[in-house]
Amino acid sequence: MIRFNAAIALGAFTLDAAFESDARVVALFGRSGAGKSVTIALIAGLLRPDRGSIMVDSRVLVDTAKRIFVPKHARRIGVVYQDARLFPHLTVRQNLMFGRWFAATAERSQPDRAVAFDAVVETLGIGHLLARRPGLLSGGERQRVAIGRALLSSPRLLLMDEPLAALDEERKLEVLALIERLRDEFKVPIVYVSHTVDEVARLASHVVVLGGGRVVAAGPVGEVFGAEEAQAGESRFARSSVLTGRVAGMRAGYGLTEIAHPAGAIWVAGPAGPAGREVRIVVRATDVTLATAPPHHLSVRTILAGTVASIETGDGPLATVTVELIGNTHLVAMATRMAVDELGLKPRDRVFALIKTVALDERSVAAGSA
Amino acid sequence: MPVTPRPLGIALAGLNGNVGDARLAREACGLNLGDGWLELSADEWTAVRLSLKIAVTATAASLPLGLFAAYALARWRFPGKTLLDGIIHLPLVLPPVVTGYILLVLLGRRAPLGEFLADHLGIVFSFRWTGAALACGVMGFPLMVRAIRLSIEAIDRRLEDAAATLGANGPWTFTLVTLPLALPGVVVGAILCFAKALGEFGATITFVSNIPGETQTISAAIFTYTQIPGGDASAWRLTAVAIAIALAALVVSEIVARKANRRLAQFE
Repeated sequence: MIRFNAAIALGAFTLDAAFESDARVVALFGRSGAGKSVTIALIAGLLRPDRGSIMVDSRVLVDTAKRIFVPKHARRIGVVYQDARLFPHLTVRQNLMFGRWFAATAERSQPDRAVAFDAVVETLGIGHLLARRPGLLSGGERQRVAIGRALLSSPRLLLMDEPLAALDEERKLEVLALIERLRDEFKVPIVYVSHTVDEVARLASHVVVLGGGRVVAAGPVGEVFGAEEAQAGESRFARSSVLTGRVAGMRAGYGLTEIAHPAGAIWVAGPAGPAGREVRIVVRATDVTLATAPPHHLSVRTILAGTVASIETGDGPLATVTVELIGNTHLVAMATRMAVDELGLKPRDRVFALIKTVALDERSVAAGSA
Repeated sequence: MPVTPRPLGIALAGLNGNVGDARLAREACGLNLGDGWLELSADEWTAVRLSLKIAVTATAASLPLGLFAAYALARWRFPGKTLLDGIIHLPLVLPPVVTGYILLVLLGRRAPLGEFLADHLGIVFSFRWTGAALACGVMGFPLMVRAIRLSIEAIDRRLEDAAATLGANGPWTFTLVTLPLALPGVVVGAILCFAKALGEFGATITFVSNIPGETQTISAAIFTYTQIPGGDASAWRLTAVAIAIALAALVVSEIVARKANRRLAQFE
């Protein structure tokens, strides 16, 4: 559990944010300069807030009113940075043991908290790297070691500051899958910083959107990403929505999975887990087509019913249409302003959102977390 | 920490030249040295041993203080930092005789501070080898602090932050992260201090004079031998010894620094 309410001025930038969550993974989402890394530094104790309080796991780390400031080394907050920041003069094994040694000294009274070395090494697949030095590792390997190092310090909370940003696409998916496993296996609460909707939707159930040093939106991932303000100013290719549904079954002959959603069936390519499993699906706004009548004679398989919640247009050629689907979730669609005018779309109109199944594969589908 | 191998080569060339020239010089001067001119006399040995003792003591005693000063200058912000920096560097820019005289005024047997140390702690510097070590340490200190400070400043502070979030407090972070990463600079600083201590002359002779067996280092002995008739052979022998020691120190620092660099070079 984390409760954050703090303000700090750093030169021209001011952060003044408050949020709280008891989700297993909270995502801090926002563009660069939004204040994500400052928030992380405040939680880790690398910065001292001008005013406010921070509580993790019902332990007060900072409270300026009560003059409480737990120093960074005593906080037991693990941090995984974008650049792995491994100690270059130590081997991988020594890097991994670094935090563990201090954790062992501090936690003699509660040995059950200690995370097992072998289990971490095995989960992360870094057993063959133990004798090497960090300089010889690839980016993905370094990041896995950094995650292991943070995890082995038996942290009360794991802060991950864009851990995938420096990796190529393939490594990203690999490390993302590992973080998912850690989340489920080691039960360490995670605060995950990212500016990518896909990552956030896959990992987190709760998201806090920061913008200009303030909390712009906060809440369950599905709700927040449908809302307008969360992604205001994002490029049209970065805008996405998150739909939550349950696996209904697989059409074996076609390799398609049907996901039940109150607004209609969502078809995704490839497997998505056993029937009944809750999944989140990331839908890019550019992959959504709108129709005012139930369409026929189309190749599109996923057709979701809803009403227009809002239409956002400017002088440019494009319009952003937010559709409120049956089941009270929002789906953002990008269309041209001409299309909106010619269809005569206006708020509260009944519409059908069409999503090409080929745009959805296992990369856009994530298992829901409790 | 870049360590140029160049001085080594120059020193080698110098050595060859000196040894080769020795015979020529001897013949040209018409010196009659007889056999065994390469053997060090007992007095010369004393000067060599004393020089090594003084230089090692000066370096070893300066090192903890130098590390502390370098770390403070590199990492901390405090009032009077510029002043401290200036005072540390003063011996580098002052004439050595002035530094020696200041030490004499402060720590001489009849100076208040010197008297206090002698009466209450039993530490006497004036006209003792310990005084020579002190003078050498003071002269070598700025060189040592400079090298260590630069190498500490070159360390990515975010690594120290990472250590802290893993549970290491200040002293542990220094021991496990800062110090190992700064090691090449620490070695270079120590060697520079050692070399300076070996060559120190002005401050030492002013502070503790030139007493054979107590404060007469190689440099002072060479100076003395050049002042007395027939002392050239002794001066030559001590010169060769000084070159050998300086070379050995350079080679050792080279090996240590290269080892440390190779370890760190793997990190980009």
